[in-house]
Amino acid sequence: MSDFIGDWNALLVLLLAGFLPNEVWRMIGLWLGAGVDEGSDALVWVRAVATAILAGVIAQILVQPPGALASIPDWLRYAAVVAGFAAFVASGRSTLAGVVSGELLMLAGKWWLG
Amino acid sequence: MWGLRSVASTVLTLVLFATYLGIGALAHDSHFSLGWALASTLFVWAGPAQIILISTLGSGATVVQAAIAVTVSAIRLFPMVVSVMPMIRTPQTKRRQLILATHFIAVTLWVECFRLLPQVPRERRIAFTHGLGCGLLAVCLVATALGYELAAGLPQLFGAAILLLTPLAFLLSTARNCRQLADVLALVLGLALFPLVSMLHTGVDILISGASAGTIAYGVHWWREQS
Repeated sequence: MSDFIGDWNALLVLLLAGFLPNEVWRMIGLWLGAGVDEGSDALVWVRAVATAILAGVIAQILVQPPGALASIPDWLRYAAVVAGFAAFVASGRSTLAGVVSGELLMLAGKWWLG
Repeated sequence: MWGLRSVASTVLTLVLFATYLGIGALAHDSHFSLGWALASTLFVWAGPAQIILISTLGSGATVVQAAIAVTVSAIRLFPMVVSVMPMIRTPQTKRRQLILATHFIAVTLWVECFRLLPQVPRERRIAFTHGLGCGLLAVCLVATALGYELAAGLPQLFGAAILLLTPLAFLLSTARNCRQLADVLALVLGLALFPLVSMLHTGVDILISGASAGTIAYGVHWWREQS
């Protein structure tokens, strides 16, 4: 078992640096969100902010690609997302069709570039 | 059980699986134990926070530095929880009954709650969320372990394909869930504003672009309601 768990100190670090600083925002959301009415204007705003933050996460991965994604040229990353979105619209809003098309375009482009 | 079955109905399950393969591999390469990697998936349950945690600790940062980086990335969970809670609870629901459901909220569950919860009777929504959350968590624990064991064998193109899955799937599933003009505007403005704000290198670029894009989107929504 000691190999599986490794160092107990590392688990304490996980608790202090990973679990608590992450979970605190969920619990604050639960605490404050309990008083918000479904369909209220405040909720439209909160949802818009959450959606825009997610859009920022998406943009960040594309503009400042992490790890192996940086090996794909800029234009090919953007083309893959545009192709994915086009397939999504053309297929009557199928997420699967969009994701598969975008991925295939990227793989085909990378293969073609060699 | 209904929630658990829904795990099989979404392409996001595959995306999460692939993402957690990557996280497992990253944990392996940063010399964390398998138990540690699984515990981080179970307790943190947020891909970006785990990647930040593993890479900052792995590069020798202190616990405090890692905690700050993680908490900045986790602020986005706050508006997600606030916006989804009114859909899950009933007027009789106590806060403590929502703690587990709240823990499960991350991007994927947030997106899927907006898509699936309207079809679920209100009194069954907490159970549904628990089922969906447990199912996704189980899939991700398997992926973490698998990624950890495979680590060295993953080719670079495979890694690139995994990383592209996240923006594609998040963009399309969010676009599908847009109901009001405010949602569409928030998505488009959020995409457009981030590259601009990121030139400022504030360290909280995503929060700045997100809060401003969301507020503009809400402003337009409010203005149209008035006129």
